[in-house]
Amino acid sequence: MSPRIRVVIAKPGLDGHDRGARVIARALRDAGMEVIYTGLRQTPEQIVSAALQEDADVIGLSILSGAHMHICPRVMALLAEQGLHDVLVVVGGIIPDVDIPKLREIGVRGIFLPGTPMQEIVDFIREHARTRVGAA
Amino acid sequence: MERVATTVPTDQRADRRAKTTISGRPIAALYTPADVTAIDYQRDLADPGTFPYTRGLHPTGYAGKLWTMRQFAGFGTPAETNARYKQLLSAGGTGLSVAFDLPTLMGRDPDHELSLGEVGKCGVNVASLADMEALFEGIDLGAVSSSMTINSPAPMIFAMYLVVAEKHGADWRTLAGTIQNDILKEFIAQKEYIYPPRPSMRLITDIFSFCAESVPKWNTISVSGYHIREAGATAAQELAFTLRDGIEYVQYGIDAGLDVDTFVPRISFFFNAHSDFFEEIAKYRAARRIWARVMRDRFKARNPRSWQLRFHAQTAGVSLTAQQPYNNVVRTALQALAPVLAGAQSLHTNSLDEALALPTAEAATLALRTQQIIAFETGVTESVDPLAGSYFVERLTKDLEDEALAYFDTIDRMGGMVEAIERGYPQKEIAESAYRFQQSVERKEKVIVGVNEYAGNHDTPIGTLYIDETAGDVQLEALARIKASRDEARVRSSLDQLKAGAAGRANTMPLLLDAVRAYATVGEMCDALRDVWGEYQEIPVI
Repeated sequence: MSPRIRVVIAKPGLDGHDRGARVIARALRDAGMEVIYTGLRQTPEQIVSAALQEDADVIGLSILSGAHMHICPRVMALLAEQGLHDVLVVVGGIIPDVDIPKLREIGVRGIFLPGTPMQEIVDFIREHARTRVGAA
Repeated sequence: MERVATTVPTDQRADRRAKTTISGRPIAALYTPADVTAIDYQRDLADPGTFPYTRGLHPTGYAGKLWTMRQFAGFGTPAETNARYKQLLSAGGTGLSVAFDLPTLMGRDPDHELSLGEVGKCGVNVASLADMEALFEGIDLGAVSSSMTINSPAPMIFAMYLVVAEKHGADWRTLAGTIQNDILKEFIAQKEYIYPPRPSMRLITDIFSFCAESVPKWNTISVSGYHIREAGATAAQELAFTLRDGIEYVQYGIDAGLDVDTFVPRISFFFNAHSDFFEEIAKYRAARRIWARVMRDRFKARNPRSWQLRFHAQTAGVSLTAQQPYNNVVRTALQALAPVLAGAQSLHTNSLDEALALPTAEAATLALRTQQIIAFETGVTESVDPLAGSYFVERLTKDLEDEALAYFDTIDRMGGMVEAIERGYPQKEIAESAYRFQQSVERKEKVIVGVNEYAGNHDTPIGTLYIDETAGDVQLEALARIKASRDEARVRSSLDQLKAGAAGRANTMPLLLDAVRAYATVGEMCDALRDVWGEYQEIPVI
């Protein structure tokens, strides 16, 4: 059996609307992943440090407030600084169409808008998360 | 012309789907007199305008006065939002409703590190009295009623509003409006809290007593189920937790030495208007009945105004879909009909583009037009509580009431809502319901048109409001200007007095008014109290 995929779910920025973050955290856990939910109002520094400490394969950011173009580049830069190039970064929330290509360009691989089925996110992570040492 | 899908769900599917409300409540295919034998007209319903007000607060319903069409709005700078307010008022809106941005809601100035990228994004940024003056420039605060969605920094923002009103020459004694000021639902659902629960409750009772004396017509709190529902609660949970929050505020007011009939008449409520039509109607009717009985029997209130639950409703933001956004116009119209049929005092209808962005002016106008069509074209306002006596509606009303009362027992046994929140009880109940609903959507037991059924690849793109970074820059400059021009010593001394008052037992409102007049900022005032009370940290659970 392959080791479980480790996912840090984080809610950056000032927003407290955590329904999406909690529901997806639970769905990933029910799908057999190891899920660490950071809680609210995490800075990019705290999120990347959590990913490092938890040896995360995936970081899932939930952002509904419109601050994604500030938060995502910062997270990507900090990951690069830490040498965590193979951590898969996905974002869920309200992301205007015009920002989607910009986020992809900086390395956000999955962008999930309102109405995305949980299963689609589970499948995406299974397919794109880095292969762990010892995995088949 | 586009061909639309004409596949009808199979009988088997229809059967699987038809049996529960959106909250998962089992529904029978037929209701008969046998379902309402336990209901007594005089005791449980009574005519509109009489206790327990199940059928409404006014004997003539909307014949005397329609509901207030109050559209929640705010974005960018105070000047931009001021222009939107003037447009809404000229389009026939009858009240203002201020949406603040996240820095303001969290008591942070635009120059705080956590405000980066958030200024003016989800609402208007207000950092000092100067911003509040710009927000209401050219709007007569003596003539319009304003609702302000602000919770943890409610006393600071309210103090700013009062000072602006004073400058407009308006009399505080006749000033009309509402501050949301409901911290319990922040801990439960929306999570925009600053201080721990107990000092937060003290700020609220300070407002109760200040307003009873100085701003008697102001609605001191809008006890909100809206956010509880948006976070995933069922209709019964929304009803139960909201009313139990209301009970908690009344108890804290009494414990602070206030007479129940002096402050309870200024407590108002705010409910969601979700998609399950009859369940929503029953929810509002049950809410009025429960509140009337609790106030009379549990708290011994004697003033009928203390028994009367007045409520605002807003259609369900969470039901809006990014896919096929025009469907949202229809959803919103149907949702809005339920609180109107149940005698709401005011209503906000969401705009079709709100799953994508803050609404454009056109979308916000269409949402207002939706209310006007209901009010003036459908005829539903002509007769009071038109669904009373329906076996189905009366039975649902009773069932929701019973479920809410059972939750009251559980929470009372925990010692009250503050204690229940500290144990994470309502938070866990809601998270459970949210997950269960999502699973039922995935299994297509609950249909969302355009999302899990009848999804097309032909979404018509709509123009949305894009808020760029200029608001942040403008607000940073405005903040720097204020800080350079004010009397710094006066600011410091007002903040020191605020701290001393908060550490002791003084009412914080007069101290905040002094700080506001000195142009202390929202961030500075909130920080002063952070120094005294600390900040609340939620333990994250999934």
